[in-house]
Amino acid sequence: MSGAGGGAGSGEDKGVTMRVEVDVPKCVASGQCVMIAPDVFDQREEDGIVVLLDERPASELHADVRESAVVCPAAAIRVVEK
Amino acid sequence: MTETLAETTAEAEEQLPEFPMPRAAGCPFDPPPTTRALHTERPVTRVRLWDGSAPWLVTGYADQRALLSDPRVSAEATLPGYPHASAGVRENAKQRRSFLTMDDPEHARIRRMVTGPFAIKRIEALRPEIQKITDDLIDAMLAGPTPVDLVHALALPLPSLVICKLLGVPYEDHDFFQRNSSVLINRHSSVEDMVGANEALTDYLEGLVTAKLADPADDMLSELAGRVRAGELTQRDAANMGVLLLVAGHETTANMIALGTVALLENPDQLAVLRETDDPKAVARAVEELLRYLTIVHNGRRRVALEDIEIGGETIRAGDGIIVYTGTGNWDAEVFPEPERLDIGRDARRHIAFGFGVHQCLGQPLARLELQVVYGTLYRRIPTLRLATGIDQLPFKDDGFVYGVYELPVTWTS
Ligand code: HEM
Ligand code: SF4
Repeated sequence: MSGAGGGAGSGEDKGVTMRVEVDVPKCVASGQCVMIAPDVFDQREEDGIVVLLDERPASELHADVRESAVVCPAAAIRVVEK
Repeated sequence: MTETLAETTAEAEEQLPEFPMPRAAGCPFDPPPTTRALHTERPVTRVRLWDGSAPWLVTGYADQRALLSDPRVSAEATLPGYPHASAGVRENAKQRRSFLTMDDPEHARIRRMVTGPFAIKRIEALRPEIQKITDDLIDAMLAGPTPVDLVHALALPLPSLVICKLLGVPYEDHDFFQRNSSVLINRHSSVEDMVGANEALTDYLEGLVTAKLADPADDMLSELAGRVRAGELTQRDAANMGVLLLVAGHETTANMIALGTVALLENPDQLAVLRETDDPKAVARAVEELLRYLTIVHNGRRRVALEDIEIGGETIRAGDGIIVYTGTGNWDAEVFPEPERLDIGRDARRHIAFGFGVHQCLGQPLARLELQVVYGTLYRRIPTLRLATGIDQLPFKDDGFVYGVYELPVTWTS
């Protein structure tokens, strides 16, 4: 059940590297990711489609990025953590 | 042998629960108790509709998200098996086609023509103007006699004024479009009234698009008129989109403003928190919780299966209708502990009150902004706001596709 389960607290993310990928053709311009993590995601002016600002966000942003991926209605955000 | 089996099936089908189910008397905010019970007992199960058909009702959060984002599930209302909400809705589905009832790639192509103006930053730029409209409407309330009907004084005019401005629809026509919209979103409207209201609105919007072709302004209908000129859309398509945006743009938010106020007045401790905070983040969190708690679009997301789908221990067959009742998904205790508690401090961002999947609400940034402004202003400016009638006297919209109250008499101590 990918929808539930809490996001990990940001404290334990030190030393974890995160890479974010967006699947632009899938995006439906809901704006949810921009609302939750505005330092990582933006939208194109003309059609509101997602723009990735920060492919490797700092650890204090990890929780918001994970939350964005969970609420994205189009499954257009992929998060890889190491 | 075959005969016995058919008989048993027929018998079983007769006992299917009818959908939609009634809410319990005295519990106007709770999803219907029978729907909640099904969520615990049979989260994917068949129900009986007005026309005798037996689509699947899906009541749990995870199953709902899975189905609403599954490309094997179609929103195409002209497909056989699609579970229509009433005879009038079924009749209109034959003619009117907006992207609400299209599948990708056609849906994506058309939706993307109107996503730009709803991007977060472009909507956020409207905050001062929406604040001004809200302040003016509240000034007028305070200057007038009490009790006053909050629906007509604030809840309905605010989103109507804003969507009119965005689209380029003259607000002076609000009696006309509000009347026809309310016919379109009532499940008891006759086929004749439903078709009439749809035609009237589509003709009206088509007239506006024609006018914008000749005399464009800085608004969405002019942008659509430009697409008509470029051959990307027919004039009728542009009008259909206009109807969808106009109706969805005012009725929904209006009901959230009024019903949200009722819910807060019934939960004075929560209202007090909201009244006393000046933290925009706390107000935004309250908006998400009220969206979850009330899930006002309560007719169920309607879909049809394109292939066989295994879910919740059942097999939904290709061609079967599906109803996703997000009201119980948003009250799923696995995702929202103590869901029956209105708790404006909780993180409710995972709610699906705006739907899920590619059809998730286009207007959500605008709706959120309007609600943040109203909830952040009304109770501060009128701290003694209260119902001018018993809650059991309020006319709740049990017959509407969007839940709310028809009237909300309020008063205050001046
Ligand atoms: C609180 C207010 C609102 C609520 C609760 C709400 C709810 C919803 C829901 C549940 C859907 C999904 C329909 C489905 O999956 O079948 C939807 C779609 C839609 N909404 Fe909203 N809505 C709200 C405000 C608005 C506003 C202000 C607009 C504005 C202009 C709007 C425009 C639309 C449109 C165009 C769609 C169709 C999207 C598509 O099919 O791709 N809504 N809304
Ligand atoms: S949340 Fe998903 S669909 Fe919405 S704008 Fe971001 S990437 Fe696009």
